[in-house]
Amino acid sequence: MTSKPNSSVSLRYFLLELAFYAALVMGYFLLVLNFLGHWLLTLYNSNRGLYAFLALALMIVQGFGLEMVTRSLAGWLDPRRED
Amino acid sequence: MVFPISGAHISPLYLIVIGFVVGVLGGFFGVGGSFLAGPALYGLGLPMNFVVGTDLAHIVGKSIVAARKHRTLGNIDMKLGLIMVVGTIIGVEAGAQAIQALKSTAHLDLAVGSMFIVVLLAISSFMTWESIKTLMAQRRARATGQLAPGMHPSGRDQSAISHYALRIQAIRLPPYVSLPDSGIPRISLWVILGVALFGGFFSGFLGGGAGYIRMPCFVYLLGIPTHVAVGTDLFEVIISAGYGTVTHALKGNVDILIALVMHTGAAVGAQIGATLTQFFGGPRIRMAFIPLPLIGAIIVLHGLMARGKF
Repeated sequence: MTSKPNSSVSLRYFLLELAFYAALVMGYFLLVLNFLGHWLLTLYNSNRGLYAFLALALMIVQGFGLEMVTRSLAGWLDPRRED
Repeated sequence: MVFPISGAHISPLYLIVIGFVVGVLGGFFGVGGSFLAGPALYGLGLPMNFVVGTDLAHIVGKSIVAARKHRTLGNIDMKLGLIMVVGTIIGVEAGAQAIQALKSTAHLDLAVGSMFIVVLLAISSFMTWESIKTLMAQRRARATGQLAPGMHPSGRDQSAISHYALRIQAIRLPPYVSLPDSGIPRISLWVILGVALFGGFFSGFLGGGAGYIRMPCFVYLLGIPTHVAVGTDLFEVIISAGYGTVTHALKGNVDILIALVMHTGAAVGAQIGATLTQFFGGPRIRMAFIPLPLIGAIIVLHGLMARGKF
């Protein structure tokens, strides 16, 4: 095992990042569930092909979107941290 | 809360916590985490066909984040990953077709659940044996001051059974390819495609990216260093899970709302898990992996018994 980095400072920034992230996540998925739920169900029942590609697209967009959010949060909370 | 596409009653908070835990584990071990995510979804009451398809969708977003992290660390053999695409897609489609065939019978839960349990127990048992053997070889090597069999010249990544990988690399079945990023001068293309097909089938049939199949194959059969196997497997998970999401969604097996909610927790977990690989050597990563398939098997068994399927 290699030497461990200084963990106390990283832990504090991680917890801060987690708190902000949790607030964003809660707001985001409430939005998703309220506005997208019915539309996606309709699409699932009526146009399976479009639903399939939209499902993939939503996951990819969310993947990149959430990564940008976590990177931005990490850089804002701890500018010293290198990624 | 009711998720209307699958009709399942699941708390969004449970999904986020599951996603976070799976994300950390997935980023650390280079697997999608479906050996825990799938059983967890089944345990929460999601129908088995939706477990397979939804887990695939959830894995796509998570793996993109983790793979990008591993790419910055130089852990992805892109040539290997791209070669495997065809075999992976064929394997995934075969697995998805098997699920469709079982949906029309009453045996879907039992067939998929049983396969899950057998695969997870086999993986855990094999990795226990290999990790113990590797660590014992390391201790003997330290005591004698000599290089142990199968020890990588860098001393950082060792496997006690790498002579099997050398034999597989020596298989004479053209065409051959070289994988310089993995330190493999020559290997049969058919061996790589075989691994891709094998992993793809399990991805399409059991859900997730099948990293728990593919990563051990990378390390023990192809002889790829563990850190490169972790990153390259994550890249391949994107391919298998991406195609698997589309084909299963076309077949009505994906609840994208559940996948989106799980992924919100998994996204940050994956970044944490990927960063942790910098601090542990190959054999220790593999040893820490051992209990996880066992936990997944227990959850699936419990779910089958609770539903009267077993």
